[in-house]
Amino acid sequence: MSTSPDDLRGPSLFSPRRRPRKHREEGARGAIIAAISTVVVFGLIVWWVLSSEAWPEVQQQFFNPDHFVASWPDVLGGFWLNIQMFAVAEILILIFSLILAMIRSLRGPAFFPLRLLVIGYIDLIRGIPIILLVLLLGFGVPALQLPGVPNSELFWGVAALVISYSAYTAEVYRAGIESVHESQRMSGRSLGLTQIQALRYVTVPQAIRNVIPALLNGFVSLQKDVALVFVLGVRDAVREAQIYNARTFNYTAYVAAAILFLVASVPVARFTDWYTERVRRKRQSVGTV
Amino acid sequence: MRTTNQYLRMAGVLAALVLVASACSPADSGATTTEAAPDTTVAPEDPTTTSDAATTTSGAPADECAVENLNLANPGALTVATGEPVFPPWMGVGDENFDVPESGTGYEGALVYALADEMGFSDDQVTFVRTGFDEVIAPGPKDWDFNIQQYSITEERDEVVDFSDPYYTTSQALVTFPDSPYADATTVADLQDAQLGAAIGTTSLDFIEEVIQPTAEPNVYDENVDVEAAMNAGQIEGLVVDLPTAYFVIAVQVEGAVIAGQFESEAADPDNFGMLFEEGNPLVSCVNVALAALRDNGTLDALEEEWLAQDGEIPTITG
Repeated sequence: MSTSPDDLRGPSLFSPRRRPRKHREEGARGAIIAAISTVVVFGLIVWWVLSSEAWPEVQQQFFNPDHFVASWPDVLGGFWLNIQMFAVAEILILIFSLILAMIRSLRGPAFFPLRLLVIGYIDLIRGIPIILLVLLLGFGVPALQLPGVPNSELFWGVAALVISYSAYTAEVYRAGIESVHESQRMSGRSLGLTQIQALRYVTVPQAIRNVIPALLNGFVSLQKDVALVFVLGVRDAVREAQIYNARTFNYTAYVAAAILFLVASVPVARFTDWYTERVRRKRQSVGTV
Repeated sequence: MRTTNQYLRMAGVLAALVLVASACSPADSGATTTEAAPDTTVAPEDPTTTSDAATTTSGAPADECAVENLNLANPGALTVATGEPVFPPWMGVGDENFDVPESGTGYEGALVYALADEMGFSDDQVTFVRTGFDEVIAPGPKDWDFNIQQYSITEERDEVVDFSDPYYTTSQALVTFPDSPYADATTVADLQDAQLGAAIGTTSLDFIEEVIQPTAEPNVYDENVDVEAAMNAGQIEGLVVDLPTAYFVIAVQVEGAVIAGQFESEAADPDNFGMLFEEGNPLVSCVNVALAALRDNGTLDALEEEWLAQDGEIPTITG
């Protein structure tokens, strides 16, 4: 039997590949094997969990349908706030971190102080746990009562996320910028572009394409980290679930919140995989020319 | 063609998942039928311990509560759980005693030692452990006998854990700054436009939502400390806490704040604090016996007088 590298990979649910017609029966067999092993693996896990003596109690406390229904409206309402915070923060992060990365990639002694500032910023912020940043900015800055500075907990919570995530995302961008071959920048410069123009029109567009999967990864991460803002009193999905839990001593509301977060993040994760795969295939087909 | 292949594969996996899922439901109902099992295994235990007690003590009911017959997490010691940190006026009163429940200061701190004494423990048999809110209510065995940190007794909670009889009954109070428009509130209607805050797990939050019902959704914080930070930051205009805590807040935590009033409302049940036990722990009845004795001999009143009494009149906000 002739085997192509594709066959050796075995059945893969999420990476569609071209497969010659003659392997059709093998595909059918693969489906059966996949089905059997799925039943065995998931069955074993389920059996193992349900065999616990404490399962009925856990089921009552974590997967109680009545509590699920009762907590759902509040948790869903809170989740809408999560989505809004996420959308605003993500846009600001993408812009701000790109600016940071570009500054850090500037060459020449004249830009030294700027580079130093950015490096200092990134080192400092990446060294502080986000939750502390949220608390310090959310409660600390408004307490200064500076005129003209907003004191909204929502504003400062999102600001803390933007400040923190920008430091990480700037490093992602920088990795992308450094992955673009030096000759690209040089040819840009030789066409008479200034340093900044070469960065803007030659390096960065290629860099962004290289790091889109990494950016999407940060995207998924941020979707969940927006929940940290709840320490400031903001009533997001996690907080609403916690309130329900505190009132009734039942954890089902947490499961409801977890489901919402999952529903939001799984599609992004799948999209990331799909996109990475597409880029890889495109590159490969170019590479063989 | 290759797409048919994929669909076949997907269909196979889906079918497998459905199989697993359907395999779950019988197991589920099996689980519910065995639900009674833990109860039946626990139940025989009780008679044996009590009959044990009966044989050694010739059936005097009071001796069920003798130290050696108690159902304790750590034999020979009373293990009391509380929060971290603990706050005056409940536990650890005085600068050198802050967060030291073993000092026996504060209303709850003194009460624990009085109870232990009443039950026949010596002071060094009392040990404190610290718990977070979630550890308390999570299912599973506990390594402490009871938890005391101003838990309000509610019916819903009682389904999951057991509470002792109330050891303190309080009313809710509004803390705000003297220059706030809400400092002179006399009815809950005056608070309609206030941005209020409360700590999670307190009945104060329920009180805001059910009795005051302000237009703005109240903010909710992990701890009273955070509510106070938000108040200092100007993010909330008032905070609702139980009255004894309100005194501590204005004295120590939020400089310049005042108690605008204590709420008196027929719409709200009185806020009763109880000690929290693992569901089904027989120890609760013995603690209740000791608590009743302390109430009858005036110890409870004396402790309240010593740790919670405050001078001055607090205006009333009616609902």
